[in-house]
Amino acid sequence: MHERSTVLKRWVVEGAIYLLLIVLAFIFVYPIFLMIITAFKSTREIFMNPFGLPRVWSFETFGKVWQRAHFNTYFLNSVTVTLVSTVLVLTCSSLAAYALSRYQFRLSNFYYMFFLAGIMITIRLGILPLFLLMRDLNLLNTHWSLVLTYAASGMPMSVFLLTGFFKTIPKDLEYSARIDGCSDLQIFYRIMLPLVRPGLATVTIVNFVPWWNDFFFPLLFIQSDHLKTIPLGMTIFFGQFMTDWGMLFAGMVIASVPLLVLYLAMSRQFISGLTAGALKG
Amino acid sequence: MVIRWFQKNIYVLFLLPGLILYTVFMVYPLTSALGFSLFSWDGLVRGAYCGLDNFRTVLQQAPYNIRFWNALKHNTIFFGITFVLQSTLGLFLAVLFTRQRRGYGLLQTLFFLPYTLSMVIVGFLWLLLLNPTWGAFNKALHLLGLGKWAQPWLGQTETALFTVIMVNAWRWLGFPILVFKAGLQGISEEYHEAARVDGANGWQVFRYITLPLVMPTIGMVTILTFIWIFNTFELVFVMQGSSGNPYYSTDILGTFFYRTAFGDSTTGGEPGQIGIASAIAILMFLIVAIVSYFGVRMIRQSEVEY
Repeated sequence: MHERSTVLKRWVVEGAIYLLLIVLAFIFVYPIFLMIITAFKSTREIFMNPFGLPRVWSFETFGKVWQRAHFNTYFLNSVTVTLVSTVLVLTCSSLAAYALSRYQFRLSNFYYMFFLAGIMITIRLGILPLFLLMRDLNLLNTHWSLVLTYAASGMPMSVFLLTGFFKTIPKDLEYSARIDGCSDLQIFYRIMLPLVRPGLATVTIVNFVPWWNDFFFPLLFIQSDHLKTIPLGMTIFFGQFMTDWGMLFAGMVIASVPLLVLYLAMSRQFISGLTAGALKG
Repeated sequence: MVIRWFQKNIYVLFLLPGLILYTVFMVYPLTSALGFSLFSWDGLVRGAYCGLDNFRTVLQQAPYNIRFWNALKHNTIFFGITFVLQSTLGLFLAVLFTRQRRGYGLLQTLFFLPYTLSMVIVGFLWLLLLNPTWGAFNKALHLLGLGKWAQPWLGQTETALFTVIMVNAWRWLGFPILVFKAGLQGISEEYHEAARVDGANGWQVFRYITLPLVMPTIGMVTILTFIWIFNTFELVFVMQGSSGNPYYSTDILGTFFYRTAFGDSTTGGEPGQIGIASAIAILMFLIVAIVSYFGVRMIRQSEVEY
């Protein structure tokens, strides 16, 4: 009898926890779900029937947003800026981390700390000097202003993470490669880089997500409409179509779907990547 | 000669690109921000050295001082509420998720979903959902029989800041949950078993074994949250405009800095004040640096070993 009541009690507790988690998860997911289904409705239907599924699943608004509201341009700009920044930061940080972790030289520890000092400070606080620097270099209103800012601000965390990865590789590998006649550069990209691939993936995710989503620097650096990235384009779009909610929701879905899909497809890598910085710091 | 030297010291070539990039576009702007704050500025042209005048203006001269203290207060409230939410609800959920159960992986993925959205999307989405006439939120309240609670959440000085904070928490909370969970999973099972053998109940195990061991993780996330909230800008800018409507009730340091630096388009285009804005940036840096320093020290001291 006693046995059975404890089993029953455990079932009730487990059930209650499940229920609580599902209710809370609903709060986190439902607004996103609502955003997606609303994007398929006409503005009239949104106001009349905010919660139901759309009567017709029409992609018409998406096409309108994509073409007429220049989302195709914004999208391409976001892809370009994020991609070039990622390649730049991966190249610079892996080379630097390699130098700092595999070579013995005076000041190597100083340079390491120099990079690390940037981890806790956000580049935003230097925005005014940075703005004037970009102006003096004639880089305002170009994608380069964004790329250079992102890559520079991504250096500290990337160097930090990659140095950790490089340090785990046994020295013997390097020696045997050197005996086989590899140059330093060849050792780096033939032997070392493939071995730190998980590190490169982490660095990519740590940087890629905030850059894709960034609004602050495009807002200050970019004026021409044809150079705007998605988050900045969104604000223009919202001013233009304030009353056309069908368009607004379709725009938000286009802007957020790439990362949502990427996250759902590789949530394990995303989670470990995005929490890596916090845990190791 | 030069080539020979580089061949011998090839690491310099490896180090250089990153070092230049980082120094020119991050270290230089951050360090010269301090210099900027010590000069008077006429538009984008630097004037004479003026000592700490800009700081005095921010801290003592109206309307800057009123706006500064007001924004600082809002940042503090912002941090306070977020901190309480993440260290209670967030930690509670993280503890639940450490138990291996069917379906928990999926649920955990869902909690993290809003974190992948851009702040701009989050702002606009909730702006529409909270719209007083057409927004789904108030309509949902009516459907749930809570119609008398329906109100213009973002339009009243009493509720606007709190609403913005909750919208931010909606996006943010998945992050602390995940980091807490990772921290909890790093604790060896032996400690728990030893305590249970000694006759401790579930709550005692959590309070006296788990909590002290996970404290460094909580502290780290708290510092990150603090840094993040004292630098944030987008959500208020998108939802409430650059002056933190209504009546500066959602104004935070980020938006105050932006208005001062780049001009206030909402009130008729007052031009940017580079000197004063730089002083604000330096003050923001000092607040974050001092709090993080003492935070990290407290974490070091609270670390326990069994």
